[in-house]
Amino acid sequence: MVIYGTALLAACLVVGQIAGRLLGMLLGIDANVGGVGIAMLLLILVTSRLERSGRLAETTRGGILFWSAVYVPVVVAMAASLDVRGAFSRGAVAILAGLAAAAAGFAMVPLLCRAVSAPASLPPDEAAASGDAA
Amino acid sequence: MTTPDWVAAVRGVLVDHGLVVAFAVVGLLTWTAAAISRRLTGGRLHGSAVAILLGLALAGVGGMATGGRKGIADVEWLAGMGLLGGGMLRDLAVVATAYGVRLEELRRTGLVGVLSLAFGIASAFAVGGAVAWACGFRDAVALTTIGAGAATFIVGPVTGSALGAPGDVIALAVAAGVVKAIVVMVATPFVAARIGLDNPRAALVYGGLMGTTSGVAAGLAATDERLVPYGAMTATFYTGLGCLVGPSLMYALFRALVG
Repeated sequence: MVIYGTALLAACLVVGQIAGRLLGMLLGIDANVGGVGIAMLLLILVTSRLERSGRLAETTRGGILFWSAVYVPVVVAMAASLDVRGAFSRGAVAILAGLAAAAAGFAMVPLLCRAVSAPASLPPDEAAASGDAA
Repeated sequence: MTTPDWVAAVRGVLVDHGLVVAFAVVGLLTWTAAAISRRLTGGRLHGSAVAILLGLALAGVGGMATGGRKGIADVEWLAGMGLLGGGMLRDLAVVATAYGVRLEELRRTGLVGVLSLAFGIASAFAVGGAVAWACGFRDAVALTTIGAGAATFIVGPVTGSALGAPGDVIALAVAAGVVKAIVVMVATPFVAARIGLDNPRAALVYGGLMGTTSGVAAGLAATDERLVPYGAMTATFYTGLGCLVGPSLMYALFRALVG
C-alpha cells in the first residue's frame, strides 16, 4: 500500500521534529536542533532494515519516492513565497551582510574539503590501519 | 434580477482549492522553466535553476503587488503556494530525499560535518557583524543580531529577541538572512564547479557552511538533485546551533570586542 510508505515517512518526520524540539529545550534554547536531520537518519535506518529483510514492498517505496520526486516543485513554491521585496528594500546593511555571508561560505567549501581530504586519500591498507580516526 | 458575478465565483473556487491550484501553478512554472532552459540556454542552465529563479521573480511581483511578506502567496487565490512551499511539506520532501542514502556514507563524513557547521556559523556572525560595524552600528546587541541574521533568517530574530534588540534591528537581521538564502539559491549552480561541489562530501560541507535550509535546498536542487540529502543533513543542524551560540557565546565575543 502506497500509504504505508508515506505514513512511514511522515512518522519519521514527526518523531525527528519532536526529538529536535526536546533537544533544543534540553540545551535551553527556543529552537529545533536538527529535527529534520534526525528524521533523515531514522528514515535511512528503518528503510534499510526493512529492505534487508525484504519487507519493503514496491508500492510502499512509491509512497516515499513520490515525495522525494516532488522535492524540486516544493522548493519552487518555497522560493515563490519568500519575502523578496522586503529583503531587498531594507537597505544596504541587509543586502551586504547576506551577500558577504554567502560569499564567505562558498569560499570555504574547497578549503574545508581540502583540509579533510588528506586522510581519505590514503592508500586502502594505511586507511584501514588508522581505523575510524580518518 | 442582478447579473451573476462570474469573476467572484471563479475566484471563490480557486481560493477554496488553494493547495490544488498551487500544484497546477508550480507544474506550469516547471514546464515553462524546462522550455526556457532548453530553448534559451541550450540546457546549460538546469531547468530546476530556471524554475527557482522564476519562483523568486514571482515572489518579487507578489510582494510588490500586495505589499505583503509572503511573496506570491499573499495573492488570495495563490495562498496555496505558501502551504506547498511552507516548512511542513518542505521538510517532508527533504526527509524523503534521504531514502536510498547509505548510512556508511554519512558516518565517514561525520567529523567534516561538525567542522563545517562550526566554521559556517562562526564566519556568518563574523562577516555579518563586520558589515554592521562598517555601516555604523556600534553596540554589541545590534552587531550580534545582524551577525545572527547573516547566519539564517531564523537565527536572526531568535537571537535578537533573546538579547532584547529593537524591532528595526531584528527586521534588518531577517532581511539579511533572506538575502543570503536567495544568493545561495541563485549562485550555487554557477559556482558549483569552481568550489568542487560535485560529490556527497562536498555537499555535506557546503550544507554546514551555508546553513540556510531554504538556500541549500534550492541551491542543490538547481545544481544536482542527488546531492540534496547530504547538504540538507548538515544544514538542518545549523539553525539550531546558531540559536544556541548566538545569544550566548557570540554575544559575549561581540561585547568583549566593542566593550
